[in-house]
Amino acid sequence: MSSLYEQLGGEPAINAAVDIFYRKVLKDDRIKHFFDDIDMAKQAAKQKAFLTMVLGGPNKYTGLDMRKGHAHLVARGLNDSHFDAVVENLGATLKELKVPAEKIAEVAALCETTRNDVLGR
Amino acid sequence: MPKITFGGQTYECGENKTVLECLTAQGVPVPSACHAGICQSCMMRAVKGRVPAAAQSGLKPTLAARNYFLACICHPKEDIDVAYSDEVLQKYPADVLSITRLNSEIVCVQLRPSQPMEYKPGQFIRLYKDDKTSRFYSLASVPDRDNCNVQIHVRKMPHGTVSGWVHDRLRAGDMVKISESAGECFYVPGHPEQGLLLIGTGCGLAPLYGIIQDALAHGHRGPIQLYHGSLNVGGLYLIEELKALARAFPNFKYVPCISGAEVPPGFAAGTVLEVALAEHVDLSGWRIFLCGNPEMVSNAKRETFLIGASVSDIYADPFLPTIGSAPPACQ
Repeated sequence: MSSLYEQLGGEPAINAAVDIFYRKVLKDDRIKHFFDDIDMAKQAAKQKAFLTMVLGGPNKYTGLDMRKGHAHLVARGLNDSHFDAVVENLGATLKELKVPAEKIAEVAALCETTRNDVLGR
Repeated sequence: MPKITFGGQTYECGENKTVLECLTAQGVPVPSACHAGICQSCMMRAVKGRVPAAAQSGLKPTLAARNYFLACICHPKEDIDVAYSDEVLQKYPADVLSITRLNSEIVCVQLRPSQPMEYKPGQFIRLYKDDKTSRFYSLASVPDRDNCNVQIHVRKMPHGTVSGWVHDRLRAGDMVKISESAGECFYVPGHPEQGLLLIGTGCGLAPLYGIIQDALAHGHRGPIQLYHGSLNVGGLYLIEELKALARAFPNFKYVPCISGAEVPPGFAAGTVLEVALAEHVDLSGWRIFLCGNPEMVSNAKRETFLIGASVSDIYADPFLPTIGSAPPACQ
């Protein structure tokens, strides 16, 4: 079976998804402060890598990368509620892209496997 | 087997190896994360030789045009010299051809580099007062066929070491040192129907003026809208030139904005970002160019993105990260 990444339309579709996802994150009062003062283009590239991974596209991310990449945010108070908010925004993005609910649940489950690494536990 | 040169050392790139694999195997520390050509952590620049187009997948066109590439997906086909994406810029001597006053605070300095310098309008150079003191200035000129003279706009800053020197000491006929051009805030031909929105404050107009002329020279047909702001009319400049350009090109619109209390007829009232956003509710599909006050640039990036502009279509040069200096346009 092809990955959700391929079913959505591969890289071009992910680019569109990143714009939608990033807009939601920047408008979300629960988490938007983590995104102040950062280079938007670099952040968008990282979000693209993240979406590519959770949708089953090409990636070689490791738990260590996730740990290192978020350590400075954990120091600023990143916790489970923020992680949940991001997953929620991702779900809303996929819903907007007409991804069926059971697939969104699969993606959320994949995100879940990164939780402890992202939160540095 | 193609050879990769980095920092004066040359390495053989093994069969089916990427530039990233080759360099890290030799102990060269190249930052990386996804190893799939997506996160752009491993972005480098080919300073000599060409990289396969596949190694530039997903990069902004302005980065691809300057030979940036992703080391983790780059399988070189020929010998290349590579550098970190933020390597130090090369220096050239240049003659000062003229210094022209643009308003009470800003002069236009025209320079002729000792050797023809390739550049794109909107990029920036460093201007050196001496070996230790330099500032970034955006290029307001468009390279012409015969020579590669460059023009910068220099605003006199309070206690400005370099700007004070330019305003008070520098004269036509002097020789100075400048760097090669850098920066990703420039016009790339293609999509001639796309809307271009340019927002600038003060001498942040310099790169935008270069970009507008470049786009028009390339026959850009879509709307090109410039919002230039200052506290008062005296802070604006090139007003007549821009009005004339708007008369000559129906697709070019010039909106001078005044954020202070006194707003004469013909000028829009409010900060440049307020005025621009009041006239645009949906920027889907637009290309955005931003320059000037760092806070305005940062807010404008976010606000234009939130109303539809794609991150990859937003261009600004807030600073050059390695040198950690202040914005190029207004030093």
